[in-house]
Amino acid sequence: MRRSADDRLFRLTTGAFAAMVLVIVVGIGIELTRQSMLSIQKFGWSFWTGRTWDPVAGEFGALPFIWGTLYSSLLALLLSAPIALGIAIFISELSPRFLRQPLAYLTDLLAAIPSIVYGLWGIFVLVPIVRKLELLTPEPLRRLPLFHGPPLGVGMGTAALILAVMVVPFSSSVAREILKNVPSAQREAAYALGATRWEAIKVAIGYGKTGIIGAIMLGLGRALGETMAVTMVIGNNPQVSLSLFTPQYTMAAVIANEFTEAADELYLHALIEIGLLLFVITIVVNLASRLLIWSTKKRAAELVVLASPATKEEIAA
Amino acid sequence: MTITIAMPSAPPGTAAVREIESGAAKISVRDFDFFYGSAQVLHGITLDIPDQQVTALIGPSGCGKTTFIRSINRMNDIIPEARAKGTITIDGRDIYAPGTDVVALRRRVGMVFQKSNPFPKSIFDNVAYGLRIGGLTDKRSLREHVEKSLIRAALWDEVKDRLDDSALALSGGQQQRLCIARALAVDPEILLMDEPASALDPTATTKIEELIWELKANYTIVIVTHNMQQAARVSDRTAFFMLGRVVEYSDTKTIFMNPKEKMTEDYVTGRFG
Repeated sequence: MRRSADDRLFRLTTGAFAAMVLVIVVGIGIELTRQSMLSIQKFGWSFWTGRTWDPVAGEFGALPFIWGTLYSSLLALLLSAPIALGIAIFISELSPRFLRQPLAYLTDLLAAIPSIVYGLWGIFVLVPIVRKLELLTPEPLRRLPLFHGPPLGVGMGTAALILAVMVVPFSSSVAREILKNVPSAQREAAYALGATRWEAIKVAIGYGKTGIIGAIMLGLGRALGETMAVTMVIGNNPQVSLSLFTPQYTMAAVIANEFTEAADELYLHALIEIGLLLFVITIVVNLASRLLIWSTKKRAAELVVLASPATKEEIAA
Repeated sequence: MTITIAMPSAPPGTAAVREIESGAAKISVRDFDFFYGSAQVLHGITLDIPDQQVTALIGPSGCGKTTFIRSINRMNDIIPEARAKGTITIDGRDIYAPGTDVVALRRRVGMVFQKSNPFPKSIFDNVAYGLRIGGLTDKRSLREHVEKSLIRAALWDEVKDRLDDSALALSGGQQQRLCIARALAVDPEILLMDEPASALDPTATTKIEELIWELKANYTIVIVTHNMQQAARVSDRTAFFMLGRVVEYSDTKTIFMNPKEKMTEDYVTGRFG
């Protein structure tokens, strides 16, 4: 009797902790909405499309920040996806055994570096390099919208680069996990039909496609919310531009930079409304990517239960 | 597992060599040893597998029959620390000779696995996979080959109207026949089947067995099976494996009706296994 009571207590406490996560998420959503009411009421939908950010005049449009966040994250994704996938493929399929663990550990370690350190590295190492590259860009290229603007070093391109580095460990460790979950029977089927190693790897990638897309999107979720490192190298200038050279601004960066300066209520509420949108976007992106990863793993697991491919022992037997 | 039966006194494999009679040997195995790391799992396998017949490999779990069949298309190469000694020749060419093109070998020696393992693609793309990686791109030619392979695998009538559906939507038996069709598509000479019906219900099993019977007109078939009735039903010749050795290799009829070795008799009559 007593022991079952203990069990119940245990379940209740842990259950309460678990429920707290949900409460916190919902609570944040409600609080963000409540605290940005002034701005929501005053600007309505035009807040999302306005390009002017003028605290003095009390006029707030968030488009440059939304643009900056989405553009920098997508650029980072474009850069990081092939690298992350390459690392995952090398570690799970090609690397000699003794290198597997150390390599996996080192990639994961990239995720443990505080973002302020990335930011400092960005300012002192990356920015001068990017500046040099920008100066080297030939004139005809500079006329393209992508390379327009003064060669400052700080700007969209540098931010995307640093984000890419920060995102790689997240995407690659999940992609690695997905590849590990691909039943060996799939690779063997390919080999048995005369596939080369690369072709067999392609089969494994094809099998884990959805999960790998999820892994890359998980990186996107991470890139969207990244604040410190980006703030330090993106130039913090609210404008909507395709150029990699132009200093721009992101949602997270503007909140970090201006929150303490927000003197009046409307200014504060406008910043919090940006936070609300960022919150919604990251939750949606993260949920979607988790769903993709989960569905792939589930399918792989079901296949194993249904048909349990020959294990090492069985083969050895 | 503790088996307290003495190994036969004759050197393993000799019975096999003695008994080659009809048909040219397609696959010749001589003194073939196989190791996983330091563990030796095959000991001096020596046997000849004839062309256009079905050869069954039987024996208790862990006797090495799966390792052996996977040695014939060098599938074990992908397992780290696996090592082979001795020779296996196909049409007189040693497949373990240095410089052997393993990819080309595996196109000549098709394999069907214990569990059906279709790719998560359409039925058509599954069968076309081997053709495509072999460089065939012509759509009409692909269609013809896919159709021919599905007919040969006795699956065509069931799937001809839904070639673009996912292969995973097929039943277990159909999936296995799809895997057979996929293996046949690249036009192999030899078909290795590792317990192809062990995960299937009796009806599906019967279909696969009938199929094997038909396929032997054109292919050399080697089948691993746990099921002795199955070996008796589908095979022309049978090799009995035990603890990594071939105990006896002969006509299927002889193995089941009149085995020379006591151990074979004990196994086929179900006294252990």
